[in-house]
Amino acid sequence: MNIFTKTVSGSARIVLRAVDVWKSYDDGAIEVLKGVNFEAIEGQTVALCGPSGCGKSTLLHLFGGLDAPDRGHVSVNGIEVNRHRNLLQLLRHEVGFVFQLHNLIPDLTLAENCLIPTVAAGIDQRVAQARLQQLSDRTGLAHRLGQRIQKLSGGERQRTALCRALMNKPKILLADEPTGSLDEHTSGAVFELLLDIVATEGVTLVMATHDRGLAARCDQLLEMHDGRIHEPVHA
Amino acid sequence: MIFLKLILTNLRRHRIRSFISVAGIAFSVAAMLTVVTILQGAIGMFSGILSSDSEIIVFERNVSDLFFSNVPATAVEEIAGWPMVSHADPVLFGIVSSADHPIITCFGVTAADARIRKATWIAGDRFTFSQHTDDVVLGERAAEFLSARLGDHVPIGHGVFHVIGILKTANGFEDGGVFMPLSSAQSFFHKEGTSSVITIKLRDKDDATSFKSTVRAKFANLIALEDAEFTRSYSQFRILKATAWAVGGCGLLMGGLGVANTMIMSVFTRIREIAILRVNGFSHLQIAAMIFGESAVVSLLGAGVGLTTGTCLLFALKLIPALHGYVDVTIQPVVILIVILLALLTGIAGALYPAVYAMRVRAVEALRFE
Repeated sequence: MNIFTKTVSGSARIVLRAVDVWKSYDDGAIEVLKGVNFEAIEGQTVALCGPSGCGKSTLLHLFGGLDAPDRGHVSVNGIEVNRHRNLLQLLRHEVGFVFQLHNLIPDLTLAENCLIPTVAAGIDQRVAQARLQQLSDRTGLAHRLGQRIQKLSGGERQRTALCRALMNKPKILLADEPTGSLDEHTSGAVFELLLDIVATEGVTLVMATHDRGLAARCDQLLEMHDGRIHEPVHA
Repeated sequence: MIFLKLILTNLRRHRIRSFISVAGIAFSVAAMLTVVTILQGAIGMFSGILSSDSEIIVFERNVSDLFFSNVPATAVEEIAGWPMVSHADPVLFGIVSSADHPIITCFGVTAADARIRKATWIAGDRFTFSQHTDDVVLGERAAEFLSARLGDHVPIGHGVFHVIGILKTANGFEDGGVFMPLSSAQSFFHKEGTSSVITIKLRDKDDATSFKSTVRAKFANLIALEDAEFTRSYSQFRILKATAWAVGGCGLLMGGLGVANTMIMSVFTRIREIAILRVNGFSHLQIAAMIFGESAVVSLLGAGVGLTTGTCLLFALKLIPALHGYVDVTIQPVVILIVILLALLTGIAGALYPAVYAMRVRAVEALRFE
């Protein structure tokens, strides 16, 4: 059994929780998060909206264990993040990241980029190849698997990043402005795909975005301002 | 496969830098191989002189160099008379010089000596050796650089000698040396009544231990060693070997610094990539393995190129007429193994700091700011 799997009483299972989370930089000179409380249930899509610098990305980084809070607790499936032993397991099996910049390795092909998480986790490459085929079919990239990243369009790159994030079947997808670098048309298409896949795979999506149109299509839209989360706009 | 590609990617990405690093290791390896092989060849040649048709060498105890060893003629006579001894040949070593050649090795030997008996005589007759005090026999290369022919008189040191023969041997020292009658050499070097060593051939090799203990019992100032023992323990050989490895090691250290520089640059230029790998589940150890893998590839490539270059260089040196007989291109497998291991260790040592640095890369900062 996965160490992060823990059933919460009640019908809805909370997979991601932040309790009174504080985070600052430059020895406290810049306070980014000021007592954030957050919960996301399994399969839910949550949009974090707010101005630049309000702490959206920082919160996503804390959820993924890329950074540690100064105070408060962040837990994934009931297991506290930032305990070193859990971090690797978290990044390999529980959480997938999609960034505004695709963050792909340019010298590798599309397929090789997607397979990186499976190499890290030591997953059998036959299993990994089958999963890659499945995801590339879903994202319309099957015919581009052997292409180098430089030869892909912006939309294809972001879809590749999405494939990579989902390779190890994470329970949670953390997306930081996933369509922020794309034009409106491509942005809409990629977002459609994102929603479709997370729904099919039962993944919880937490997305930071400036695009209120996209955000409104999530199950929950949370406003962030000055390091705090305000009441949900709708649920 | 992808992990290997991640290792090779950066080498391909910065081809010139990778080439320079490989070249650095290759030059170091080639230098080490050349120096070590030449010196080991030289040691082998010197050992070969001592072990010509003999298996034991007797010399003065506690001398740092055989040139300073004095073995009395009485000891030669007594040892030659022991029943277990087939023959005992006294040899006096000396350094002489001529006008253009400051160092020529001189061998004071008897007419019965194996070096005279078993050599290929290009000119002259071995039975004429030792009939006159001013007679010398030259090695082929010595005759060449002294521009001497049979019957010529050549100035050597403070004397003029009559060339009564020219020998050809496979040994560079002998081929570039001068053979004098023992008595002439003793007089020339002011070592009357002594020789540097006695080379011994036993009737039965199994008597070696008994022979050595007899020498120890009868001659407190002398020591008898089997050839292999002598090669292992002779301080000059050990100094030469240590020097060869030290010189080669210094070269490799320089190569290692080159690898370190390359790997540091490699890590600095791919911090974002390392962060991406971390975000995708790469552990610290996997990141370090990638860096070490990269340096190992550089080192092994460098070792391969260096061994090939060094071998070619040795063969080229062997073809130079002036070095005929001095360069032994027999490369011992253990030397190749040690050189490869040292190159690999150097590469790993050079990648230590970069690997630690890469392990400490904080993904969140690398992704945010770079």
